[in-house]
Amino acid sequence: MATLDKKERLKIPRQKMLEQDPLARIMNFEEVNFGFTPNLAMLEAQRCLLCPKPPCVAGCPVNIEIPSFISLIAEGKFTEAAKKIKETNSLPAICGRVCPQEEQCEGVCVIGKKGTPVAIGHLERFAADWERTHGEITVPEKAPSTGKKIAVVGSGPAGLTVASELVQMGHSVTVFEALHVPGGVLAYGIPEFRLPKDILGSEVDYLRKLGVDVVTDFVVGKTSTIEELLNSGYDAAFVGSGAGLPVFMSIPGENLNGVYSANEYLTRTNLMKSYLFPEYDTPIAKAKNVAVFGGGNTAMDSVRTAKRFGTEHAYLIYRRSWEEMPARLEERHHAKEEGIEFIFLTAPTRFIGDENGWVKGVECIKMELGEPDASGRRRPVPVKGSEYIIDVELAVIAVGNGSNPLIPLTTPDIQTNKWGNIIVKENSTATTKSGVFAGGDIVRGGATVILAMGDGKTAAKEIDTYLNKKGGE
Amino acid sequence: MTKIIKKRMLSQVIAEIELLSPHIAKSQKPGQFVIIRVDDKGERIPLTIANSDKEKGTITVIVQAIGKTTTKLNSMETGDSVADVVGPLGKPSHIDYFGKVVTIGGGVGTAIAWPTTRAFKKAGNEVISIIGARTKELLILEQEMREVSDRIIVTTDDGSYANKGFVTDSLKGLIDSTIIPNLVLAIGPVPMMRAVSELTKKYAIPTVVSLNPIMLDGTGMCGVCRVSVAGKTMFACVDGPEFDAHKVDFEGLMQRLKVYQKEEKLSLELLKSWERVS
Repeated sequence: MATLDKKERLKIPRQKMLEQDPLARIMNFEEVNFGFTPNLAMLEAQRCLLCPKPPCVAGCPVNIEIPSFISLIAEGKFTEAAKKIKETNSLPAICGRVCPQEEQCEGVCVIGKKGTPVAIGHLERFAADWERTHGEITVPEKAPSTGKKIAVVGSGPAGLTVASELVQMGHSVTVFEALHVPGGVLAYGIPEFRLPKDILGSEVDYLRKLGVDVVTDFVVGKTSTIEELLNSGYDAAFVGSGAGLPVFMSIPGENLNGVYSANEYLTRTNLMKSYLFPEYDTPIAKAKNVAVFGGGNTAMDSVRTAKRFGTEHAYLIYRRSWEEMPARLEERHHAKEEGIEFIFLTAPTRFIGDENGWVKGVECIKMELGEPDASGRRRPVPVKGSEYIIDVELAVIAVGNGSNPLIPLTTPDIQTNKWGNIIVKENSTATTKSGVFAGGDIVRGGATVILAMGDGKTAAKEIDTYLNKKGGE
Repeated sequence: MTKIIKKRMLSQVIAEIELLSPHIAKSQKPGQFVIIRVDDKGERIPLTIANSDKEKGTITVIVQAIGKTTTKLNSMETGDSVADVVGPLGKPSHIDYFGKVVTIGGGVGTAIAWPTTRAFKKAGNEVISIIGARTKELLILEQEMREVSDRIIVTTDDGSYANKGFVTDSLKGLIDSTIIPNLVLAIGPVPMMRAVSELTKKYAIPTVVSLNPIMLDGTGMCGVCRVSVAGKTMFACVDGPEFDAHKVDFEGLMQRLKVYQKEEKLSLELLKSWERVS
């Protein structure tokens, strides 16, 4: 293949993944994107300028060697590209789908400054999917056994990453998951139409092939405490128990029937497969009009889930506006295409119930944007007297998650801050308890999959150092 | 998969199921529960641990067939396995020396009151238990409760066995004969717990109830089990399941238990029609 010069590369437009038609996809729960064909992937890969000092690598929380894997795709070496990514990222099929690329690698892409950035996320996903669907997944060689045992609490992105890294260093790793399916938020939170569960399943299988022991139905803090695990042969522990505590809004009527936390709404759908009720036993309520509150990915996942349950009017009600939404750009576009009705600069003030205790409406108040707040975004301020009622028979609250208190409550020597997040040393994952490390949302509050994975990588290095030191004593 | 070590029917619709679950057997305390999923398509339901055996590594749950899941569970036999059992969940009962304690079990609620009653007795309390059911057929654990109580009163709503009347009538009888307990524990259907609570409130007798809202993960992650206690939203799975009865919003609890009434009925009907076919 002839190598293109810079001018020729810049002429190629950004390629689009094939995707399900919006009208068709709101009738099913299957994945929206079909992904790149090999030809599209190779064409897109040629847009990369292969910068000698690539800002995209620095923009990636786990520093994937982006130009290297992209040039392998351009050469048609798809499996090699996947292996290249896996040197730094053990879950590429997932990251390619759920990372906010526009804020990370693609956000700093050189050609994105004038035009559109290279579709790095799409290419990552393509390479990982190629490797998986072509049966070319091989297990890398592991370091010789160190005889050390590590307990990993939670099988979300942080836990899966730390487990994968540690097992390759020769340690023995057990991952404890409270639910009956591993994956944490990837299993219960992110919908099938965005992250098919068989992909998560094969990522977990890969870890098992590496030798990681994944134990489900085990609630650390209840079934056994961290202390008990450390006393029963584990040399260190990593806590990646996530932000699994729903935040409600403390407004009247929140306990009416038909008012869900996003965690409940998504868990019923994704983990329990209530979209297949009554074949599956877990039910979920459906309604003609549904309101989802919030502006993040969870809100977007909830409102698009509602649409797929046949909701006529699926409202996304957010107190700021389109520009301030923390949700991934792609999800926002997909939501728009799917007919989600966005109501911006609006916040709920109370839920109104019918005579049977079911929600029948929500009173909202209009907001205007004032001065920027601590997050740098303009603070929404209520407009006095602007209250009005929207008729809804189902509401989903997706305004954020607190940190799950189970581990801190049962491990008193792990200190937490006022929000309940575990305190770690600066630029480290070490907690206040010796031998216990933590990362992901339990430390950061609600953040992203890739940041949790970055923490997992850091923790693996620190745990390895800790064990070596401990062994040397 | 968790194996059923032993199963026996306590009545036509109530089964006692012993499960091999060494970790849970070791760490469980009275008042705690497990979440069970019967099979791969099953829902997650909470069931209180009625008994446990650390040596054998088993826990026992007592289940009344009401909906699809409990019906499926009760049709399983010794040697079968359920897909998932996770726990122990929730806060353990507060066990202490209170003096005179009355524990009340209504219907299958008696199974939940049993381990806590046993613990109260062991802590040196004078224990009077009142167990009741709609009818004789639904009365369970009379002998077991008798063994851990200083005195036992048995009632049936229809008078088909022992005293005719409600458990509240028996409690009122005790209070009228100047037996004033230092603590009442009431576990059973919500209307029963509410009736007990209303009665003891009049006499300012501290009362604890164990709540049974709909649950999903059981670890505080989803919030479906929220219940208003003293005007504050609590999660029964992690803040409970036991609460101060006089502060519980029973009305709200009953309302939230009805969320999936239609779907529950449909599931059960489908199961029954399937059973008829096969």
